[in-house]
Order: sequence, then C-alpha cells, then structure tokens
Amino acid sequence: MANHESTYKPSSRFERWLDERLPIRRMMHGQFVDFPTPRNLNYLWTFGGILTACLAIQIVTGVVLAMHYIPHEAMAFDSIERIRRDVNYGWLIRNVHAVGASMFFIAVYIHMARGLYYGSYKAPREVLWILGVIIYLLMMATGFLGYTLPWGQMSFWGVTVITNLFSSLDAVIPGLGTRIVVWLWGGYSVSGVTLNRFFSLHYLLPFVIAGVVALHVWALHVVGQNNPTGIEIKSKSDSVPMAPYAVMKDMFALFVFMIVFAWFVFYAPNYLGHADNYIEANPLVTPPHIVPEWYYLPFYAILRAIPSKLGGVIAMFGSILILLFIPWLDTSRVRSARYRPIFKWFLYLFFLSVIALGYLGAKTPEGIYLLMSRICTFYYFAFFLIIMPIVGVIETPSPMPRSITEAVLGKGASGAGVPAGAAAAPEKR
Amino acid sequence: MASETEHGTRRDFLTVAAGSWAAVGAAATLWPLIQQMNPDASTQALASIEVDLSPIKEGQAITVMWRGKPIFIRNRTKEEIEKANQTELRDLPDPSARNEMLPERAPASDANRTKKDRANWLVLIGICTHFGCIPKGQSLGDAKGDYGGWFCPCHGSHYDTSGRIRKGPAPRNLEVPPYEFVSDTKIKIG
Amino acid sequence: MKRSTALKASAVAAVMLGLTTPVLAAGEAAEIPRQSWTFAGFRGHFDKAQLQRGFQVYKEVCANCHGLKRVRFRNLSEPGGPQFPEESVKALAASWPNKIFDGPNDQGEIATSKGVIIKRPAGLADPILGPHDNEKAARAAFNGALPPDLSVITLARSASHAGTLLQTLVGMPRDIVNGYQEGGADYLYALLTGYANAPADMKLADGMSYNKYFPGNQIAMIAPLQPGLVKYQDGSPTTIEQYAKDVTAFLAWAGDPKLEERKSMGWKVLLYLLITSLLFYAAKKRLWAQVH
Repeated sequence: MANHESTYKPSSRFERWLDERLPIRRMMHGQFVDFPTPRNLNYLWTFGGILTACLAIQIVTGVVLAMHYIPHEAMAFDSIERIRRDVNYGWLIRNVHAVGASMFFIAVYIHMARGLYYGSYKAPREVLWILGVIIYLLMMATGFLGYTLPWGQMSFWGVTVITNLFSSLDAVIPGLGTRIVVWLWGGYSVSGVTLNRFFSLHYLLPFVIAGVVALHVWALHVVGQNNPTGIEIKSKSDSVPMAPYAVMKDMFALFVFMIVFAWFVFYAPNYLGHADNYIEANPLVTPPHIVPEWYYLPFYAILRAIPSKLGGVIAMFGSILILLFIPWLDTSRVRSARYRPIFKWFLYLFFLSVIALGYLGAKTPEGIYLLMSRICTFYYFAFFLIIMPIVGVIETPSPMPRSITEAVLGKGASGAGVPAGAAAAPEKR
Repeated sequence: MASETEHGTRRDFLTVAAGSWAAVGAAATLWPLIQQMNPDASTQALASIEVDLSPIKEGQAITVMWRGKPIFIRNRTKEEIEKANQTELRDLPDPSARNEMLPERAPASDANRTKKDRANWLVLIGICTHFGCIPKGQSLGDAKGDYGGWFCPCHGSHYDTSGRIRKGPAPRNLEVPPYEFVSDTKIKIG
Repeated sequence: MKRSTALKASAVAAVMLGLTTPVLAAGEAAEIPRQSWTFAGFRGHFDKAQLQRGFQVYKEVCANCHGLKRVRFRNLSEPGGPQFPEESVKALAASWPNKIFDGPNDQGEIATSKGVIIKRPAGLADPILGPHDNEKAARAAFNGALPPDLSVITLARSASHAGTLLQTLVGMPRDIVNGYQEGGADYLYALLTGYANAPADMKLADGMSYNKYFPGNQIAMIAPLQPGLVKYQDGSPTTIEQYAKDVTAFLAWAGDPKLEERKSMGWKVLLYLLITSLLFYAAKKRLWAQVH
C-alpha cells in the first residue's frame, strides 16, 4: 500500500491554520497513527523503534558527555575519570553511553537478521535495505571513532592497527596507502592530533545517521512494512492502524529491552568492554592481545583469516559491502524463509558462522582457530555468492497462505468481513 | 464478548496507566541530564578555602583566588581604620554594606564591612562594581586613589579604606564575601 | 643479593617485558581463582572497616612506590568509601609526604636556589600523589620498571584467560547474570598472594621475582606483603591473605567509588522498568485481544 493518505481532520482553528502552512500533524497522523501495519508482525519488528530510541539515547548522552570530555592526549583519560568520579551523575551518563553502543549493535544485528530471514530486502524494498546497510556502516565508523576517545591502550592500538590497514593499498599503487594513512593520522603516527579530529567526526556522524534514518523511514513508509508471511497487505483485514496497536507493542518491547540495557549499566558496566582500556595509552607498549569491541569481531576474524594483508582488507570490507547486493543475489520469488525449507537452514548456518567468527575474532589466529576462521569466512561469502542465487532458483517453496488474514485467522476467514474493533478503533477516541 | 464500553474503559485505563507510568520514568531520566551541568564535586570542593593571615603584616595586603574571583585581604593600619570610621554615611554614593553575611539594607558603616574585634582585617571581592576590572591598591607601589583605598584604572573609580565607592562611575561598594575566622590567624572564605 | 645489581638487572628485564609483545601461550600463567567479595553482585556493597584496613595497607606498604592520583583526600571521608572522619583526613593530607606543586610562585620561580621544586602540603581537595613527579623519575628510581598508579588498577586488569568454547558458552551467560565485574580484584588478590619460589627448571632474570599469576611469571615488584607487616587496630588477622583481601577491596573502591550508589540506584530502575513493562504488556494484550 504505497503512500497512505492521511485521514487527519484539523480539530481547531489553530490546527487548520498550521495545516495550511506546514502539514506536520497531518503527516505524523498519516504516517504514525493510522498507517496500515500488517496485523501479523512479531516482536522482531519492534527493533526499528528500539533502534531509534538507541540513537536518541546515544546522541543525548553523547552531547552531555561532550560538555565534560577533553579531546587532548594529555587530558582525555583524566577527563573521563573526572566524569566517572566528580561530575554529578557522570558515572551514570558515561555507563549509559558506553553500554548503549553495545545495545545499539545488539539491536541492529537482530534487526538485520530479521531482514535476512523474512526477505525484507526483496523488491520493492531494495533501497530501504541499502539505506539500512549505509546506516550500519556509519554506525561502525561512529563506534570506531568513539572507542578512540578514552585514549586507553585499546583505543590507541586499535586505531593504530585499523588505520594501518589502509597502508595495504601500497600494493595497488605504491605510496598511496601510506599517504592515506598519514592523512588520516595528521602525522607520522597515531597521536593527539588524530584524537582531536576523531572527536570531531564522532560528534558529526550520529547526525548523519539520523538523516539517513529519516530516509530509511521514508522509504519504508512508501512501500509499507514486510511481515512474517512475506505477502503484502491486500485488504483492510490484513492490517491494523499503527497507533495504538503497533505503538503499544513497540513500547512493551522497548521497556523489556531497557531492562537488559539497565542490567548492564548498573551491574555489569565494564563486561562488554576491555580491561586494557583502563590503562592510559602508551605508544611504547603494545598490549599482548589487541581486540576490537565485540561488534567488530566477526569482521576482525575475516580480516585475519586471509594470509595477505591486502587480501584481508578486501575481504573485510567486502564482507560488509556484499550486503548491498543481496536484493539481486537472492533469486527466490518467495520472500519469507518461513516458506523456504532449504534456504532456511543455510541461513541458520550463516547466523551460526557469523557468531563463530565473532568468537574466533577474539582468539589468536593460529591452529584450529585460524582453520575455523577460514572455513567460516569461506561459508560467509559462499552463502551470498553461491547459495543465495542457486537455492532461490532450484528450491520448491512450502505452501503459502493466500493473505495475511488467512495466515492469522486460518482458512475460514479469507479477508471477508472486518473484525470488530480493529479498523473501527481509530475513530473511537 | 464484553460490551464495547466496558472493553473501552479497561483498555483506556491500562493504556493511561502504562503511559503515565512511562512518563514518570521519562521525567526521572531528565533529572541527571540537568543536574550534570551543575558544579561537579571537584569544583564544589574548592567552594571554600582557608587562608592563613599570619604572613600579612600591618599595612600589607594579599590577593587570593576564591571561586575564580580575586579576594583582597588587607591588614589595615590604625590610620586607615580611623579614616574609614570618620566618614559620614551620607557622603557615600552607595549606602549599603554589600556584605553577604548581613541583611540587604544594612548600612555601609566600617563595622558592617569587617568582623567584630577584628577591624584591622578587610576582606573584599576585588572586582570593580562598574565593569569588572580588578582595582589597583594591593601592592605597595600601586595607586590607591583619592581616598587611600583602591583605584580602578579602567574608568577611574575611587574606593576608600573600607572598599566603599567614593568617586567615579562604579555604582556599588566592593562586595564583602562570606567568611569567618576559624582561628585568630586563619579565615575560611565561602 | 646486591641491591644495585639487582635493580640494574631488573631494569633491563622490565624494559624488555614492557617493549615486547608476547603472545600468551595457554597455561603460561595459572588460572585466576575467584574470591568472594562483599562488593560483588546484585547486593554488592563495601565493608567500611575493610576499606579502612585496606587504606592502611596502601598507606604503609604500597604508597612507597605507587600513587593514587585520581583519588582525592576528600574522597576518603565521603559516603560510599572508607568514611574516615574529615578532620583526620585533613591531618593526613597535610602530613602526606608527596606534596603538591602549584606552578611558579609570585616571583616566577619553580624551584629553590638549591633546585628543590617548591611544593605545598596537600589539602582535602588535592590528589593522593605517589613518590615520583613523573614517569621518567619513577623509572629512574626503579631502574626502568614503572610502578603503575593504582587509581583504576582493579578495572585495568582481568581474570579472563583463553578458555574452551564450552567454557565460554556456559561462563558468559553465567557471568552476565551474576554481574561478574571482579576479574580485576580476583587478579590483584591472586598476584599479591601468588609469590612463590621459582620452579627448579625456570631461570629468573636478575632482580625479578617469581609469581604464579603474573603473565610471564616474572615480576619486577618484590613480594610487598609479609605476615605481621601492618598492625591492624581492629584485631583482624595480620596474614598476607588478609592484607591482600583488604587492600584489593580498598583499591576496588578507589577505582569505582560510585559502586554503592550505582547498585542502589540499579535495583530501583530495574523494578521500575519491570513494572512499566508489565503494564505495557497488559495494555497490549487487552488491545490486541480484539484483533486476534
């Protein structure tokens, strides 16, 4: 159902006046109140709302932390200690921001997995999916920049390792990689100059993310949400108005998510981090294990699985960029993996191999760990480049319902008759 | 199936309950975000300072920093105290004591600008009440103005030996900060 | 052992250990055993008496080499910590041997004519400084080794070692549910009680001591604790284990002085979120009952 028309009626002179000049209430009403939402969405569809909340939380806590943080190599670590000890509720705001980054990534991975399972990337949602991958890339950049700011050992050495990756471009064009790295660093090694510019970019990117999120929501509202059957809304009985039905569900899911969030903030705030980042950065001492934050681990494993430096970099970036092409790599006519008995199991194996790569990313790349990383990396790319195109063509899908209503109510009620209360709800205020 | 109205009431109550409960949480979340902008613990720790007066000889003055402001501490000579006491209150452009420890309307007598039995000690905030320059008069060679106290070079305000404005554009006497003697030779400011 | 040669050799060893990047072979340092701490878990809190004893150990033993520069003297009397009376903390600060440098004096001088840096006694608002002005001075005194500042030492260390996949799969959820954050404290306790004679087949570098739990098993710090070293006033045992326990608890507080406030706010927030979730769940169920 594209471009849903709002049923908004201005109810006062002021509202009419505003509606003629900036129809924002009309838009909000049409897009977020009586917007037809599939009635069979499960809780995996609540993560969009959760992610918006996470972004807002990170921006608010981030702006507040920036009132106290000092992006200078000699003062950064101490300024954070001051936040932890002296700033009123500083410890709380800092914990929320640090844990919030991890929660943001937990939510985005679940959100992406939902998209992969239910075929939410398939036509007409290709642009929606691509915008999502762009948001994901921006999130990874923001997280990387943010982790530098405490200027601990992991901050410093993580930046050193990852920026050094660009020097692998020297194998392509001599000198290019080194010049890029020096340009990023602002010097001949990672230093306070690097820190200062990373702080500036870290403050900037979340607002870029917010802009792309707006486009993402716009693209979504043009084509409408997918749903677990993969069958589009055909009649009124297939949907419910977004408010209050989906909103209520989103609120419940958000608060449950907050329980997990709060558990980490108050009882395990450093669990998801690394102890070495409480040691001040020392350019002369390399930590025994340089590990990125957990949400980068799968890609770190892929990077180290390939024996050549340039090959590893290409594989690592390739593993993210390949996501952009999924709408065209998957040849299946059926959207939802619920009805794709063969693809489903390859997908589960894919999720397992990503988790395995995450585990392996924290290990030293030798022996059995290296072997498993290589197998899982191979499967990762094979899943997209071989399995997706081939299985889509050769698979026979399971029998599918004819509509969402049929899937929810059973074969008897095939869209005839509107259930009491559902569509009638918005008029009843 | 329950009647429409009964259904509606129950649903509305729960929605309202959940919604208002959530709003309470949102408000509570707002508090730390506002409070974090207030002075932090290390700033508050320096909100009070102790100053040892024993190195200040009669006729000498020192300047210390308190909450980012310069504080003039002068050990006045007998002549300076007398001069301050002999001034008629009606000759003062600002009749108010400007002493944080006294009520607003307390008159600007020298007694109201010092501590009882410690009239030789004058403790003032060293910021001109005109536009905020730091008046001269603390060091031996400084200009002290026509009234023997302090002189602000920015726009020519003259303060007397009790720190009260006598001549020039400044509207108010130099302020007396809150302080007390914790011993004969030590004061605590703030 | 001749002190000068021992120190010189320990310098070389310490510098070597500092500059190399050893890949930890599994089993090089022993598995860190877990202790029970009063501040662990959901109902964690500090034992005031233990923090006071721990500070005494820090002051009499550790402060000879290690600073605590992110802790201010006033923190010692604030709620949530050892809560010493403010007057005694004032006196302690004034008598603390490592004084505060306030910048050039009114004559623009930094040092006396004999080259001694002009400093003033510490006050409540000042940090608890270690014996050396800077890293280079410390390394010079300890021939290359740097006694780290202990302000966040329990956060900067961990007990996690390479485990099997099964250990990770079981241990991770268990640790998250328990809120296990005491890895640094467990490590510190293990280190302080882990001094022993080196095994026969191991050659210790000059000036180094053998420690079961230090990565590489050779540590530049000689065993700091001995039985009876610190005289406790409250009758607690004066064993190495007790000292290690108390000073680790004190350092855990030093690294996380807001722990009690955090955990006490935590359960209230969780309770609130739980109630709100249930309310939203009930509202959602009522609402959707009509649709399904």
